[in-house]
Amino acid sequence: MRLFEFAAPKSLEEAYKILSRADADVRALAGGTDLIDQVHQGRRKPSIVMDIKGIPEMKRLAFDREGLHIGAGASCTDIYNFPPVKKNYISIAESAALVGSVQIQNRAGIGGNICNAAPSADTAPSLIVHNARVVIAGPKGQRVLPIEQFFLGPGQNAMAKDEILLGIVVPPPPASSASHYLRFIPREEMDIAVAGVASMVVIDPKSKVCKTARIALASVAPTPVRAKDAEAVLEGHVINEALIREAGEKAINAAKPITDVRGSIEYRKELVKVLTRRTLTKCLETLGNR
Amino acid sequence: MPKYKYLGKATQKVDALERVTGKAAFGADIHLPGMLHGKVLRSPHPHAIIKAIDYGMALKLEGVKAVVTSKDLPSLEDARASFGGEVSIDQEHLRKLFLAHDKVLFEGHPIAAVAATSLEIAEQALELIKVEYEVLPPVEDAFKAMQPNAPLLHPYLYPKTLGQKPKNPGNVATIMFHERGDAEKGFAEADVVVEESFETAMVHQVYIEPQVDAAQVEEDGKVTLWTANQGIFNVQSQLSSILNIPLGSINVVPMEIGGGFGGKIITYVESLTIMLSQKAGRPVKMVMSREEVFKATGPGSPGYFTIKVGAKKNGKITAAYIKMIHDCGAFPGGPTPMASLVSFGPYNIPSIKVDGYDVVTNKPRVQAYRAPGGTPVNFSVESTMNVLADKLGVDPLKFRMQNYAKEGDYMVNDQRYNRIGVKAVLDRVVSSSHWNTPWEGPNRGRGMALGFWIGAAGTSSALVLINSDGSATGVSGQVDLTGTRTSTQQIIAEELQMPLEKVNVKVGDTDSTPYTMGSFGSRTTYSFGTAVYRASRDALAQMKARAATQLKVNPEDVEYAEGRFWSKKDPEKAVSWNEVARSTITRGEGVVTGRGTVTGLGHAPEFTAQIADVEVDPETGKVYVKRFTAIQDAGLAINPMQVEGQIQGGVTQGIGWGMSEYYYYDKGKLRNASFLDYRMPTSLDVPMIDIEIVEVPASEGPYGVRGVGEVSIVPPPAAIAEAIYRATGVRMNKLPMTPEAVLWAIKTKDKEREPVAANGDS
Repeated sequence: MRLFEFAAPKSLEEAYKILSRADADVRALAGGTDLIDQVHQGRRKPSIVMDIKGIPEMKRLAFDREGLHIGAGASCTDIYNFPPVKKNYISIAESAALVGSVQIQNRAGIGGNICNAAPSADTAPSLIVHNARVVIAGPKGQRVLPIEQFFLGPGQNAMAKDEILLGIVVPPPPASSASHYLRFIPREEMDIAVAGVASMVVIDPKSKVCKTARIALASVAPTPVRAKDAEAVLEGHVINEALIREAGEKAINAAKPITDVRGSIEYRKELVKVLTRRTLTKCLETLGNR
Repeated sequence: MPKYKYLGKATQKVDALERVTGKAAFGADIHLPGMLHGKVLRSPHPHAIIKAIDYGMALKLEGVKAVVTSKDLPSLEDARASFGGEVSIDQEHLRKLFLAHDKVLFEGHPIAAVAATSLEIAEQALELIKVEYEVLPPVEDAFKAMQPNAPLLHPYLYPKTLGQKPKNPGNVATIMFHERGDAEKGFAEADVVVEESFETAMVHQVYIEPQVDAAQVEEDGKVTLWTANQGIFNVQSQLSSILNIPLGSINVVPMEIGGGFGGKIITYVESLTIMLSQKAGRPVKMVMSREEVFKATGPGSPGYFTIKVGAKKNGKITAAYIKMIHDCGAFPGGPTPMASLVSFGPYNIPSIKVDGYDVVTNKPRVQAYRAPGGTPVNFSVESTMNVLADKLGVDPLKFRMQNYAKEGDYMVNDQRYNRIGVKAVLDRVVSSSHWNTPWEGPNRGRGMALGFWIGAAGTSSALVLINSDGSATGVSGQVDLTGTRTSTQQIIAEELQMPLEKVNVKVGDTDSTPYTMGSFGSRTTYSFGTAVYRASRDALAQMKARAATQLKVNPEDVEYAEGRFWSKKDPEKAVSWNEVARSTITRGEGVVTGRGTVTGLGHAPEFTAQIADVEVDPETGKVYVKRFTAIQDAGLAINPMQVEGQIQGGVTQGIGWGMSEYYYYDKGKLRNASFLDYRMPTSLDVPMIDIEIVEVPASEGPYGVRGVGEVSIVPPPAAIAEAIYRATGVRMNKLPMTPEAVLWAIKTKDKEREPVAANGDS
């Protein structure tokens, strides 16, 4: 491990000052569950590690007309225990409760999970199906990006060197909608998705026709991806068993996985199919139960 | 009335408080004044010739105090000693293992070591060492190693064999042939013969504490080494031999050990630490990282097996054959001899033939892993037995009831069994609530398997000191890996008939305790327990003699019970234990030190039967182990709670071995050297493991105690494989049985079962 400077700004202004230092290679630290390990292993060699948890805005967790506001430093535990998340964003709650382990969830948050930009990030597909936007900030100001444009490749996100993530905004979910996330791991905990699928459907309560379907996949491409072919199968139809099966097959089109120690290309595609079916089935069950 | 007052009871662990309060000192807790930190430069290549090493730049870095390479190794006077018990390694190869000489033979092979004033400086210094390699193609597995044109790891290696020596050197380290009875005739007599092939993966013991040690070399050359190894005297003799230091000049101090499972018998960083301390003139500490542990310590051997078993229609086995190939990594010495013993161990088979091969490859040199060689061969044999039982139309339990081994039957190595408990564990299966509770429904299955481990005995010693207040102290150099201090306390209390709290137990260093072999091979409670028993009896006899003097009677006329000596002839004539103890430091024959030592006890074989219930997700292939019972013959469980803990640990490791753990190599490089991708089961991946202890006393040793540490890891994969078969109809002949492997097996079976479409009509 290389030695580094540690900073813990108490305000955004202070943080921007640190980010403006010309010579600095700053990495923001939220939970640190990815970063500390990467620094230890020498995979990242930042000159400054900047803990953002002392900045009040970073811990924000709120639900208003605009939707759900998740500060970049909010922990998974705080997020999934936040009543509006439990009620309105089931998929997000489910995926936050899957990250690492209970101990890790007490430290790690969704902000860090997406900034780390691992293709396997559990919370990414859920944010995608919920149309989330990310708020990026830096000395030059703020900007907002749709979450789908945030991931550029494994470990790479759309932020410039002097930018940090401020938070995530998730619009209020449409009426009569449901979302779920499932991932497959060989173990029961402390593991990384071999494949993960989030689905969200909006069903017309009268006609039972699917107005919108959004399906996103983890761990099967260099970034989280939308399974648009599968969505098209469902939209405009009354979802039945046969359509769910077809959506599962079509979801594979979006998967461009690799073979590694966690699973082969073929296995990952098979899992995408199965998990797509299962998440869609769960969404219908949730809507039926309401 | 129970036979024993303190044995057979779940007494509190002697070291429980210091463990739960965090006071117990492990290897990493060592801090010495002026201590340097050591780090090892390791090879990125699995196979290469070292052309040159230049560490001039590293030495110039401020804070760097010493660099060592193989050039710093002392010459040897007498070569060819060998170490390490069940998976032993000879002196020359142990030297090449801890520090590459002219060639690197696996990814992570040490090339040089640095000592510096901080860990960060040591790490930086490694980056400044320039090594010139001539990279060679790696020998990736045992099959490739045996091909005629395979690159050679050791140009001097000829197989150890009783047969004819081949003309050319190769990668085969051992060839083993053995036949008892006439196998050909046995197969000819069989009504049903099955043959199956199996493959198992390289796995690691994954002790939670990485290898760690500190060394201090004095001006006169004397060495003090603090280490967390399974045996301090084993460490002493290894280091003396490979570093050419007089044995008596090395004092090995045991630290608390965070697991070993056979992987901490051989030394790794210890030699480097001493060499660095010799050169730097300061104490040096070395802590391995988890990545280093995975890449460069000694995992368990992968094996390839072909098993053939024949039986009569009535279910009696007539003959068995096994061919096995073990990949032993970079240096000779694999588990083939032990695996051959385990193979058909639970069965009485008239004729057996064995062909075995140990083969070297460009992987870390394997070491013992809990019942070394046992789990892979048992998985293969028990799975074959289940196929045979299926063909014969009998259930697996009945089939075993017809063929189990008993006292007087032959082992594979032609020795006869003494008293054993195979039938006892099978009987317990029959009566167990697990076996008698139905496990039905789709995708569910139940399996059972037997397991055997021979267990070691070896040499052990202990002292029992009687203190002037009447309390006793058990002193030894026996590393407490599994609760030895607690069972020692129980034995002393039992024999001296004194309360547990009056018995202290101390584990000392090699300078202050008599020789005792390390804690491995299921030998500790069996053999070391015998030494403690003898030392206690000796102390009691000496105390009786002193009491006799005080009572003015012959020692044989003295009776003792519960802290009181009296004359058999005149029970009124009595003196208390405490009084006698007090007198020993002022008069008469002096202080009492009971001595106990033992060599060469016979075997006390361990047998187990295990039952597994699984449920399989047919769409993902994921197998959930829902219920597990281990029935094991412990001879006598001195501390049932600790025995249960041992068995649960062994089963958990066996479940990991069976289902998720494996080394993932890609062109000779390990791709999963971390806990993330080397998947040990978590607490959520194993069910409550129910234990039933059966007690068939061992033929030798006090109390009928048997070792219990190893056999529990042997049958879990076989039991689970059978359960998967019952759940899905597919037989898994390769470990680990990952979800992906199970899914493809199910899909292949389903395809085979699809009806062939009729042509045109219908």
